[in-house]
Amino acid sequence: MIISIASGKGGTGKTLVTTNLAASLKNAELVDCDVEEPNSYLFFPDLKITETSDCTLSIPIIDEEKCTRCRACSEFCAYNALAVFPQQVLFFEGLCHGCGGCAIACPEDAISEGSRTIGQVFRATEGDVNLLWGELNLGEAMATPLIRAVKKKAKGDLILIDSPPGTACPMIETVRDTDFCVLVTEPTPFGLYDLDIAVRVLKDMEIPCGVIVNRSGIGDRKVYDYCQKQNIPLLLEIPFSREIAELYSKGILFSRAIPSWKDEFANLISAIEELVA
Amino acid sequence: MKQITVISGKGGTGKTSVLASLAYLARGDAIVADCDVDAPDLHLILKPKIEETCDFMGLQTAVIDELKCTQCGACQDNCRFDAIRNFQVNFRHCEGCKVCALVCPADAVEMVDQISGHAYVSSTKFGTLVHAELIPGQEASGKLVTMVRELAQEVAERENKDLILIDGSPGVGCPVIASITGVDLALIMTEPTLSGIHDLERVIKVAHHFGVAALVCINKYDLNLEVAQQIEKICKEMGAEVVGKLPFDPSVVKAMVAEEAVAERAGPVGDALKSLWDELKSHL
Repeated sequence: MIISIASGKGGTGKTLVTTNLAASLKNAELVDCDVEEPNSYLFFPDLKITETSDCTLSIPIIDEEKCTRCRACSEFCAYNALAVFPQQVLFFEGLCHGCGGCAIACPEDAISEGSRTIGQVFRATEGDVNLLWGELNLGEAMATPLIRAVKKKAKGDLILIDSPPGTACPMIETVRDTDFCVLVTEPTPFGLYDLDIAVRVLKDMEIPCGVIVNRSGIGDRKVYDYCQKQNIPLLLEIPFSREIAELYSKGILFSRAIPSWKDEFANLISAIEELVA
Repeated sequence: MKQITVISGKGGTGKTSVLASLAYLARGDAIVADCDVDAPDLHLILKPKIEETCDFMGLQTAVIDELKCTQCGACQDNCRFDAIRNFQVNFRHCEGCKVCALVCPADAVEMVDQISGHAYVSSTKFGTLVHAELIPGQEASGKLVTMVRELAQEVAERENKDLILIDGSPGVGCPVIASITGVDLALIMTEPTLSGIHDLERVIKVAHHFGVAALVCINKYDLNLEVAQQIEKICKEMGAEVVGKLPFDPSVVKAMVAEEAVAERAGPVGDALKSLWDELKSHL
């Protein structure tokens, strides 16, 4: 089973849920697809990195000898990543999506494919927990190819995927082909508004979902009314508590510090299994 | 014209709450732009009255004509985005590169424009707001950020305002880069947690990479004073001045529920926001 953990709004507790969930289970693989700001591994201080690999994107290499400056490549490129001048062809790598179209469009066979690194993929273990995450190089705009690369390496019977915030391409790529999505929200107007956007995206993608309300007790009751009205199961409530907030600030998993929570998280998986079945 | 963008590596560190307060403190002297286009929340506080609407044309998407398609598979084999399965294009994953149209021997692929969202110019209690909404699941949020910023600049010129306050997205990728390129200041929100530090360091580097001066505000700094001190030390080393420290205070959420900017309320957070605003003005 592959479970994604997402939220429209940032900072609602996706990583808090994913890390505690993984630590409460045996042999789950925790996959952090928030490649712009991967934080999950910070909560496993004794982890050992077992594998590191580069994520590369295809780029065109132009053979200036063969090139006739016909502009077929720059006219084809949908991202304006190529500009043809009488003396040379300029390539703007930050704009290139790596589609490979310019090489196909070139009638002179003057374009071959090279690659450039946009980030790294790491694999690590800590006790029963397997971790896999990507880290986007700074200054790099495109997160989705790295997310795809990370997901390709995920393995095991139970995969928990921590999503980036929002509902744009990085989130879509992360939740794609997952069996269930846990949406973490907070009971505030911002939390509710962004939850609704995420719910609509998931409905459209036909991915079943449930909600975890984090920091319950703050804000108002509208998130609960919304879930009831939309028939979305409320999977768990994590109360606002200074103790949990302080443990989190130090990078300590609260299910390890407060053992009763370990059972709560283990039960959560059984509840999701029932919903998926 | 000056531009300030509020960003954060980590989500949920208070960007929108702070920006709404800055808009209140600017007392109509600034144009406000919400560039967090896939989780736009500023309107919940500013309650805009929409005056102008523009369509946002995102990336083109491929459409396969079933009648012409011979199911040869060339499109699927050449698509790098895994957007074509069973000879159908999934618009959510299509990046509009046109490779499928190029390789199709049956001329069965057509590229079509699509409306991916809308941008709005609205009047609010704190002045003019330019905001947008991406149709859920659509791509090209960076492009929409650029559109909102261009619209905000037009409006600022029209209204003779020399400041634009921009609410950015979390992260360090495409929408963040689009929201900070060419601005005068990036105000980075953070919180005193291990994740907060980690994400802050990355986003300061990104701001500097694009030649943007970074200032830092620590939200809920008193939740962990030790980590807050560590943040101040790191900021000093990285050349990003800490210009604000907001205490943890339940009135922040109360203001949000009441659809008010926090700075509208008296109290320790309101006072801290006023001095943050003065600091920002002195840096411009």
